[in-house]
Amino acid sequence: MENLLEVNNLHVSFDTYGGEVKAVRGVDFSVKKGETLAIVGESGSGKSVTTKALMGLIPQPPGRIKEGEILFEGKDLAKMKDKELANIRGKDIAMIFQDPMTSLNPTMKVGNQIMEGLIKHQKKSKSEAKERALELLKLVGIPNPEERIKQYPHQFSGGMRQRVVIAIALACNPKLLLADEPTTALDVTIQAQILEVMKDIQKEMDSGIVFITHDLGVVANVADRVAVMYAGKIVEIGKVDDIFYNPKHPYTWGLLGSMPSLESTEDELYAIPGSPPDLLNPPKGDAFAPRSDHAMKIDFEQEPPMFKVTEDHYAATWLLHEHAPHTEPPKSVQARMKGMASGSSEGDRK
Amino acid sequence: MVRYISERLVYMLITLLLIATMTFFLMKLLPGTPLSAADKLSEEQQAIVLEKYGLNDPLPVQYFNYIAGLFQGDLGLSFQFDNREVTTILLERMGPSMTLGAQSLILGTIIGMLLGLIAAIYHNGVVDYGSTLIAVIGKSIPSFVFAGILQFYLGVQWGLFPVALWEGWEYTVLPTIALAIFPIAIAARYMRTEMLEVLGSDFITTARAKGVNRFGVVFKHGLRNAMIPLVTIIGPLAVSLMTGTLVIENIFSVPGIGEQFVKSINTNDYPIIMGTTLFFSFLFILIILIIDLLYGLIDPRIRLTEGD
Ligand SMILES: Nc1ncnc2c1ncn2[C@@H]1O[C@H](COP(=O)(O)OP(=O)(O)O)[C@@H](O)[C@H]1O
Ligand SMILES: [Mg+2]
Repeated sequence: MENLLEVNNLHVSFDTYGGEVKAVRGVDFSVKKGETLAIVGESGSGKSVTTKALMGLIPQPPGRIKEGEILFEGKDLAKMKDKELANIRGKDIAMIFQDPMTSLNPTMKVGNQIMEGLIKHQKKSKSEAKERALELLKLVGIPNPEERIKQYPHQFSGGMRQRVVIAIALACNPKLLLADEPTTALDVTIQAQILEVMKDIQKEMDSGIVFITHDLGVVANVADRVAVMYAGKIVEIGKVDDIFYNPKHPYTWGLLGSMPSLESTEDELYAIPGSPPDLLNPPKGDAFAPRSDHAMKIDFEQEPPMFKVTEDHYAATWLLHEHAPHTEPPKSVQARMKGMASGSSEGDRK
Repeated sequence: MVRYISERLVYMLITLLLIATMTFFLMKLLPGTPLSAADKLSEEQQAIVLEKYGLNDPLPVQYFNYIAGLFQGDLGLSFQFDNREVTTILLERMGPSMTLGAQSLILGTIIGMLLGLIAAIYHNGVVDYGSTLIAVIGKSIPSFVFAGILQFYLGVQWGLFPVALWEGWEYTVLPTIALAIFPIAIAARYMRTEMLEVLGSDFITTARAKGVNRFGVVFKHGLRNAMIPLVTIIGPLAVSLMTGTLVIENIFSVPGIGEQFVKSINTNDYPIIMGTTLFFSFLFILIILIIDLLYGLIDPRIRLTEGD
């Protein structure tokens, strides 16, 4: 099937007083219709910048797309003027943001915030738009929509606000939905409800979703494919099963090892040592090498290419080179992988 | 809402009473008497005058009479203008002062907000630096300097507007501009800062992600939010205008309260001083009430609901 979105060699930088912050340094991925791609990685790895860049929402200055293509249905969004992009934003591509407490306009009625996109993109009249807004509020599970539509954001709880944010994003039946940590700010029960809403809607509209999170539990629940991002690059990408049961990059091992699980027998949670590199001066070679227990000499000198593991599974680590010594993931990660293979998170995905 | 306002009115009354009490006793502490300048009067004549105005009564009695009078709208009699009631004098002079105050406040905040808005939209551009310059000048140079400049150029040199006096609308132009410069400067700086902050907030990104264009982002989503903190400065601005009128009315010979006030201070005309102070206090408290109501209008989060 043809790709809905194809990102090629995307570079995004911020020009700051200290110099050029290379937040995204050559990212490639694609999303098909009806598919969910999760992007995972520690905070600061460039996930938000990547998604914002897709929609032309990087503040300019200081940010800029330095290089690369963002092909949406074949058209390159990176080359479009802001005016053209404004006609695609909210209509074909929509975005759900992380913090429901700040992502709604506090002085505008919730209904109007939902109707705005409908009036702009679908040229609906006010009453038609209102009709649709009511429908959307029902869809995302907000009780009493007739009453709620006239209220302001402060009259909603966090979970309810995030539903409103989702309703705004879904208003024009977008083909592609970018969700930047949509459930991170919510508590676990609400989180599960919101994920259900998103999955239902995806099934109904067959939209593609880019789902950003640093919670691997959520990934197991929603994603078809996973891209692991580190220091502005994708270091491993593959189907969910590939990433969970056959991870190849030491960084992916680290992420899996630090993921809490019910089956976990260890008392202590593993934490990746050190911290992500400074993107003002990204290190030579494999950016993860200084933090990795498996780093080899070459990791500090030359950047690893994407090695092919299977048809859909790639990882950028010298460990996959034919001359590299055979290296197994650490014991704790292997235990975790086994636990997950028999675990509960597997059950509700299919 | 009605209940809220009536509650506020009661508080206003109490505040005014306290202010009246304070000014009354402060007046009594002032050195000199209303007659100290009147050397021509003999001792006896002075005694008669003091008696007539009740200035020989014991202090508590004077105080009681004054407060009782207040409740009947009687602010006492002026010493300067024999037998004229302070209330009448104030009412007479209120017109020009209010006209100047209201005109310069409204004109000043609107122009200032526009200036700040443009500066924020063209952030770090020529327009931005220009409006910042205007703001700095307006804030640092006192209004009477502008008054002089305006009188000289617009009045004398180019003859566009009358230099002084109060005989029609065109007479209000120069004093209004002179008074408006400070609010313009303040409102512009505030608007710029607030707008820039609002434009950087998450909900603006949400709006952009919906496809709202630049214009819509600034005016539909930004403006109302940026205006909330701006409402706060209207109070202090109004106060600065009240004190500004004291000087400006004198410079432009406007027969307003301010001009009268300065004259009265020079002649120890207690009743007028107290009356004017009370009047200004009343105005100030009223403005605070209006601002609070305005807040509710702009910011739904603090809207006063029925029964609150
Ligand atoms: N406006 C900005 N100016 C400078 N640097 C920025 C800006 N926005 C993001 N960055 C940098 O880009 C990097 C990636 O940030 P982000 O995409 O938000 O990470 P993530 O979403 O993965 O947590 C960070 O190092 C951050 O410092
Ligand atoms: Mg982020």
